[in-house]
Amino acid sequence: MSMNVLMFYLFSGIILLFSLLSITTRRILRAAVYLLFVLVATSGLYFMLKYQFMAAVQLTLYAGGIVVLIIFSILLTHHITHRFKHPNITKLLMGIGAAVVGIGLVLTTILSHSFQAGTAPELPVDMTVIGNQLLSTGKNGYVLPFELISILLLAAMIAAIVIAKKEKNKNTEI
Amino acid sequence: MIQGIPLEHFLIVSTIMFFIGVCGFIIRRNLITMLMAIELILNSVNINFVVFNRYLYPDQLQGQFFSLFIVGIAAAEASVAIALIINIYRNMKNIEVENVNEMKF
Repeated sequence: MSMNVLMFYLFSGIILLFSLLSITTRRILRAAVYLLFVLVATSGLYFMLKYQFMAAVQLTLYAGGIVVLIIFSILLTHHITHRFKHPNITKLLMGIGAAVVGIGLVLTTILSHSFQAGTAPELPVDMTVIGNQLLSTGKNGYVLPFELISILLLAAMIAAIVIAKKEKNKNTEI
Repeated sequence: MIQGIPLEHFLIVSTIMFFIGVCGFIIRRNLITMLMAIELILNSVNINFVVFNRYLYPDQLQGQFFSLFIVGIAAAEASVAIALIINIYRNMKNIEVENVNEMKF
């Protein structure tokens, strides 16, 4: 068994184990830390697939940004010793049933389909290629979603500030 | 592509991760943990995009760009959702979904 295969199964095991732990643990801060492990292991998979830029974005934005945001909001809204009650049994059975049925359905579909691997030579994914494609308007250009997402991020930033702002004086509010 | 790993193994991992996220979304009763389940779902979709890109169309970059945009949208979604959660907490003193039905008019 080569090193690549070993690393792949290690990362997959980490992803599956910690995503399961992240939805079953009774302490919310631990759930956030397990989510962090899942995201870091996913970025390891991207590194193995030689998408270095995608892996770096995953590490900085997901593992660095979103998890920190979630942990901050946990600290703002929960006591650190808070533990969840056990979910009631109908919801538990419903969730597990939905997951099992879904996994069975999707996996039978995937495994009965034969994918044809691409034979074209691999495109080296360096920053020149990514930057050119991200800002080009021609073939293989992604300037429209790039601009759209910049507007979306601006709108989300303003919305987050407006929503979370404290209302100082409720009487003067429209 | 990674030598010795077929495409299906990646798809199995991401499928199981997706449905763990769905299961967590159903069984959790807390807004922040539901948000974390959504992050799991989005992450598994990202893995799918990147792997299809690398294995089936290695001369193009569509999958990578789509997962880049998904990461951006996930960041926007998380920030707005957390602003809403903090506002709900300020008004109702907890963020269990059973207690948030007072938001209805």
